[in-house]
Amino acid sequence: MISLTSPIETRAHSWSAGLKLAALCLSTLLLFSIDSLIIQITFLSLVITLYALPGLVFMRYGLSKLSILWPFIVVVFAWHWWISELLQGSAIIIRMICAVALANLVTMTTRLSDMIDVVRFLTQPLQRFGLNPRILELAIALVIRMTPVLLSKGECLAMAWRARSTRRSGYKIILPFTLIALDDADHVAEALRARGGLTNLEKN
Amino acid sequence: MEKNIAYIALFAALIAALGLVPKLTLAFGVPITAQSLGIMLCGTILGAKRGGLAVLLFLLLVAIGLPLLSGGSGGLGVFVSASAGFLLAWPLAAFITGLIVEKWRSGSLAIVAAIASVVGCVLVMYIFGIIGMAIVLDKTLLQAAGFVTAFIPGDIIKAVIAGLLTSAIAKARPASVLSRPAHNNTV
Repeated sequence: MISLTSPIETRAHSWSAGLKLAALCLSTLLLFSIDSLIIQITFLSLVITLYALPGLVFMRYGLSKLSILWPFIVVVFAWHWWISELLQGSAIIIRMICAVALANLVTMTTRLSDMIDVVRFLTQPLQRFGLNPRILELAIALVIRMTPVLLSKGECLAMAWRARSTRRSGYKIILPFTLIALDDADHVAEALRARGGLTNLEKN
Repeated sequence: MEKNIAYIALFAALIAALGLVPKLTLAFGVPITAQSLGIMLCGTILGAKRGGLAVLLFLLLVAIGLPLLSGGSGGLGVFVSASAGFLLAWPLAAFITGLIVEKWRSGSLAIVAAIASVVGCVLVMYIFGIIGMAIVLDKTLLQAAGFVTAFIPGDIIKAVIAGLLTSAIAKARPASVLSRPAHNNTV
């Protein structure tokens, strides 16, 4: 499973993940409390500088991740053009781009293992309510392992459909796909039990 | 306990896998992403608590940087974009969908599951989604609602499909429909 962490090593990769997340929360709050277009533009140029520092490849990859925002940019721009308040519209668009770009920057410069450490730290208080952090970690590992497995089984299913029919499978293929997931879940549960079960995990 | 963890993890993986399969196109040309169908199935099959937890686990993996959302996006950025409200409502949507299927025991499972999906995964999800969009895009609730109404018919079709799928799954694997324990299943 490929994570969204950038393979290009930046200085930020070695910074504490918790600090980066806290800084992200603060700057996002700040961003949403400021309406001035000039400050928004300053913020945007700062964000672009941060993207540019590790080099062109990093920047191009990072900016390509912002393409999911296009539909919103078009809608907001069209709306504010229609009510002729383009300045206000630009401020909204820039604020959204800054918030998403900053958050993506943290994702790109933080390793999956560091993120999981933060999750472990944050879920520690939940132990009092009966959530064992080791069970959560096991669940995370199971999802990461089983997603590609399910995906390849789904591809086999789609190929089997195409071999028998000239029509598209549409939603009908989701039924056998879900059944595969349910059967896999039963097998995984059995395998976990056969290896001593989760009570064993709790003791460790 | 092992069964709970395995079902929660496998359904989180199912949501991910459904997001990575290419978009399906219904007979009359409405494109649907299968991912939100996965959220509905979490509720209708796993029930309120386990369904909500499966969706929460999936979102946790998205937040820590795995590209599991439809179209391969993920990371922290999606939680502050204009559609963040929809995303954050997913666990609650699955929970409410599951709760309705658990409590409403009479009648055909297909119809109950479809109605539960409409209430949980369309009504509740759009309320949160519209609030989120209004905040991020600085619009009134009514304006934000106007931007997304076009997607509602597609989601209602998905809810009907989720109902049909749930009833078919209950026939094929009655023991696996955790929202309705096998002994009083009315299929």
